[in-house]
Amino acid sequence: MPAWLPPPAVLAHLGLILVVFNMLVLSAAFMVWMERKVCAYIQDRNGPNRVGFEGVLQPFADVIKLLFKEELRPKAADALLFAIAPVISAAAAFAAFAVIPFGTSTTLWGLLDQPIPLQVTDVNVAVLVIFAITSMGIYGIVLAGWSSNSKYSLLGGLRSSAQMISYELSYGLALAAVIMLAGSLSLREIVLNQAGTWWGFIPRWYVFLQPIGFLIFMTAGVAETNRAPFDFPEAEQELVAGYHTEYSSMSFAMFFLAEYVNMVTVSAVATSLFLGGWLGPFLPDWLAWVWFLVKVFLILFFYVWMRWTLPRYRYDQLMEFGWKYLLPVAVLNLLATAALILWIG
Amino acid sequence: MVPLNYYLVLSGVLFAIGTAGVFLRRNLITVLLSIEIMLNAVNLTFVAVGRYLGTVDGQIITFFVMTVAAAEAAVGLALVISLFRHRETLNPDAFTALKW
Amino acid sequence: MDVIAFYIFAAIAVVASVLVVGQKNPMHSVMLLITSFGALAGLYVLLDAPFTAVTQIIIYAGAIMVLFLFVVMLLNVPREEPAPPAVSALLGPTGIRIGVILSLLLGAEIVWALSRIGLGWFPQDPAAASVSSVALIGASLFTRHAFAFEATSVLILVAMIGAVVLARREH
Repeated sequence: MPAWLPPPAVLAHLGLILVVFNMLVLSAAFMVWMERKVCAYIQDRNGPNRVGFEGVLQPFADVIKLLFKEELRPKAADALLFAIAPVISAAAAFAAFAVIPFGTSTTLWGLLDQPIPLQVTDVNVAVLVIFAITSMGIYGIVLAGWSSNSKYSLLGGLRSSAQMISYELSYGLALAAVIMLAGSLSLREIVLNQAGTWWGFIPRWYVFLQPIGFLIFMTAGVAETNRAPFDFPEAEQELVAGYHTEYSSMSFAMFFLAEYVNMVTVSAVATSLFLGGWLGPFLPDWLAWVWFLVKVFLILFFYVWMRWTLPRYRYDQLMEFGWKYLLPVAVLNLLATAALILWIG
Repeated sequence: MVPLNYYLVLSGVLFAIGTAGVFLRRNLITVLLSIEIMLNAVNLTFVAVGRYLGTVDGQIITFFVMTVAAAEAAVGLALVISLFRHRETLNPDAFTALKW
Repeated sequence: MDVIAFYIFAAIAVVASVLVVGQKNPMHSVMLLITSFGALAGLYVLLDAPFTAVTQIIIYAGAIMVLFLFVVMLLNVPREEPAPPAVSALLGPTGIRIGVILSLLLGAEIVWALSRIGLGWFPQDPAAASVSSVALIGASLFTRHAFAFEATSVLILVAMIGAVVLARREH
């Protein structure tokens, strides 16, 4: 190996970052295709089927189309903030995935002396980092809404941020219950705590200890990612396209990308916290990440399924549900968990 | 690693910037933002000295300062809104009356 | 490496804070202050305080600043009024000059005092670096500082009620 190259461990780490980044972009593209396909079958149509086999290349065709579109900016918009908003959205969406583990360690078939974990970085406050980065994603949406200087954008941005702040509390409380069970803030340790089975056949996943917590997490996750039935920020019938009404071309694509990457991240967090991450039977250790992908895919499919099945709520119903039902249930769940941990030990 | 003194100097500079903001600006929101800068400068000192002494107390005080800052921001901004409703301005010099 | 990171974060924090105070547009001020808070969070990481760094982002950048953003959006007063004519000599340019001189003097004094006590190097042994442990912070918070913790909850309740009463529209 030439001397000017950095040590193999560093190279492997950079490779890992590259792989994770591209996987996220690809999964967003795949999600777009899956969403349109599933929606089409639910509505008894065929969906995209011209570009590539069964339309798999449709998202890439869309990206090329968006690339060649003109970048428009309203005259009265705040130029700087208008340009920064989609970048904040996309950056926050990608950054959260950095702390999520998706497999055991690997030496890449003996290429490396030290095994590297399949995770971009293992911080000991990982759960809080995810929470922090999620809360930064709000800025992209609020700024987009405000800087466009358009009433639809502003209303969309305000609704979205109010919704995200309200549901963040329940989201955090559901996380806290799992943190108490695991006794750690590191996602890798939380996943490893779920190894093994009860009575030989029920895996020790936290979803079985925390069924209510899981439901709260998933509900709040849907609200956090602004998906139907909680997609008020972009409620087409009321707000044109919500906070990204005035965006076109690649800035619009970035919001789109951020939305899908956020879904993937929320699914990955749910998988790690409640569904045992990469742990699963039958597969050897070095293929464990396949289980991770399967679980994330199932949650994502559930998301899409829900979007095309359930109608949209009314905005006041959403806020009422978040504050009057979800939050008290989350608090009770946390208290009950704490009491049970103290009682059983 | 950088010595403690550097952190203290940085904290002093930030505090001075915050103080200047409180005195110089004529917009209540910016004044509140300047107070946040000052609180953060103090937080930095607490964390740095806590690390220097090897205790977690610095971080715990920071935690309390953050909660107080949150309470202060909530009440302060509520005041700003209610003042703005009365006078249609955010200039602190406009609020000299003792009663209205 | 640490030294470079310190200088980068310190520069970002100072420049962003100066711009917060120097901005005429409150919206930009809020965004710059968030940048400054991000840089401070970086400094906390350098100080082995990852928990404080993350709470800084969650509480300050994620909650308090969103509140500011909301109020700025709600009131929509983008520009500040021009300076009123100086009432007395001390409020005009002369006063500012005196103030600048005084603050420079204060800065010189601080630097002088800090150079007198010598450089305080951070202890490097594992015991001192254990301040990064979240478990330790939690244990200390709920035992030694339990009273302060409970008092804080009352404070937040009072702030909540106060904010609702103040911002309510009078009928």
